[in-house]
Amino acid sequence: MAVDGGSRLDHGTPAIALERVTKRFRTPGGSVYTAVRDLTLTVARGEFCAIVGPTGSGKSTTLSLISGLEAPSSGRVSVLGEPVAGVTRRAGYMFQTDAIFPWKNVLDNVATGPLYRGVRREEARRRARAWIARVGLAGFEDRYPYQLSGGMRKRVALAQSLINEPEILLMDEPFSALDVQTRTLMENELLDLWSQTSASVVFVTHDLEEAISLADRVVVFTAAPATLKRTYRIDLPRPRNVAEIRFDPRFTRLYEQVWGDLRAEVMIAYERTSRGTVA
Amino acid sequence: MAQRALAAPDVLAAEERAAQAREARQHRTEHLLQGALFVAIVGGWEASARTGLADPFFFGQPSAIVATIWRWATRGTPQGPLWQHIAVTLEETVLAFAIGVAVGVVAGFALGRNRTLAAVFGPYVRMGNAIPRVILGSIFVIWLGLGMASKVALGVTLTFFIVFFNAFQGVREVDPNLVNNARVLGASPRQLSFDVMLPSALGWITSSLHTSFGFALVGAVVGEFLGATQGLGYLVAAAQGAFNANGVFAAMVILSAVALLADTLVTRLEQRLAPWRPAQRKGF
Repeated sequence: MAVDGGSRLDHGTPAIALERVTKRFRTPGGSVYTAVRDLTLTVARGEFCAIVGPTGSGKSTTLSLISGLEAPSSGRVSVLGEPVAGVTRRAGYMFQTDAIFPWKNVLDNVATGPLYRGVRREEARRRARAWIARVGLAGFEDRYPYQLSGGMRKRVALAQSLINEPEILLMDEPFSALDVQTRTLMENELLDLWSQTSASVVFVTHDLEEAISLADRVVVFTAAPATLKRTYRIDLPRPRNVAEIRFDPRFTRLYEQVWGDLRAEVMIAYERTSRGTVA
Repeated sequence: MAQRALAAPDVLAAEERAAQAREARQHRTEHLLQGALFVAIVGGWEASARTGLADPFFFGQPSAIVATIWRWATRGTPQGPLWQHIAVTLEETVLAFAIGVAVGVVAGFALGRNRTLAAVFGPYVRMGNAIPRVILGSIFVIWLGLGMASKVALGVTLTFFIVFFNAFQGVREVDPNLVNNARVLGASPRQLSFDVMLPSALGWITSSLHTSFGFALVGAVVGEFLGATQGLGYLVAAAQGAFNANGVFAAMVILSAVALLADTLVTRLEQRLAPWRPAQRKGF
């Protein structure tokens, strides 16, 4: 589907709204660490939003807050107009490290979501087979994760999330562990699968190229405590080919703009860690 | 996908074949040395017994031990048929193992999952584990008599703690990513327990099965040794009472054989329980 980046956005209730959200953690040492401070961010329905920021800048924490895995210390989080209380059932979540179940084969891994949500076993398996085919793993249904390559495990994780037909998809550096070629393949496949849904995506990454080539909007976070520094509209046409879009002159221009902002934050974070102090 | 032109079939080059042959020779040498070590020890023992260097009355004699085993197997022990003793010991072991594992898994899982339970019972479990269990054997003989029950009870007290601590640790060490993933996928607390925590802890639990089966056997034999009318431990005690060193060694050999056999069975069980783990290469 060749949908223009702008026209598929629905400007009614936002898919995700964070209003002046702060998240503090108690560290094992007893002190308090503020991961996110006063963050206000909205993601429109159907929007692909990428978050970039220096390491340890509360990007993952932001995803946990949206999913309801963590509750904010103050501020409001709402998903599709409803305040988040507990784990929301409308989100899918792809974790940075492998989070598929090692004791389940591919079929049962993908069927997990529907089973948890009360779908009968045969129906869950039928849906799972369809999704396994969609992510290109047909024929691997009875393999266990340890028998799969890193890229294949990511496909399983993707199918496992998407089978629940989430309205928002949260992705925490999902492809960072993959080699460059596999990664580009997976990024294209993600765009293809996403274009067939109306889901909003929040994609956390430290890789600016990945962010620009995938997203409608790139959000730059400051060094911890994270808050929004600036957002950039990425008006590159869709459908995109991630492997080729990097050569587009507009891509280069955007990259330079965003990198200027990101660089300053990366330097701040770097200086802090090299001095051994975490604010 | 386009069919790729077939390259030359995969055959081993001459030097690879040579390397394989070297490997095979290396293996043969290792086995040969293994055998030689056995012959040296047992042969040395036999020779020193025959030459009077070691008094066979105290130290036994390999040929006499084999003869004792043969006599017990064919004509029965002075305390009744050998098979009956083996069967009794095995029955006690398996019962103690089954009960100990079941109770250990349930308790470990419950305490691992529930903070309050862990806080309340934790210190007492650790205290219980600190009791020298073999002494308990005497108490069990007084309470439960010379029959099977006292041996099973001793075996259970030995196996329970091993399985308990492993199950507990297994639940505590579940990858938080897996738990979060399951929660987002829609798992209820119950589903989280049985579909995520339990299978995840299973690796820890199965790795404790080997040790705990060994301890169940120790419990049975020590229990029999302390007071019984049947079983391999009783055979050892009887042989000891008659100053029959060969008898003690014979019972020991039989016990080792039984333990080895049981160990292979437990390995099978382990593979049954966790087919999703890559087959592990053994060091020995």
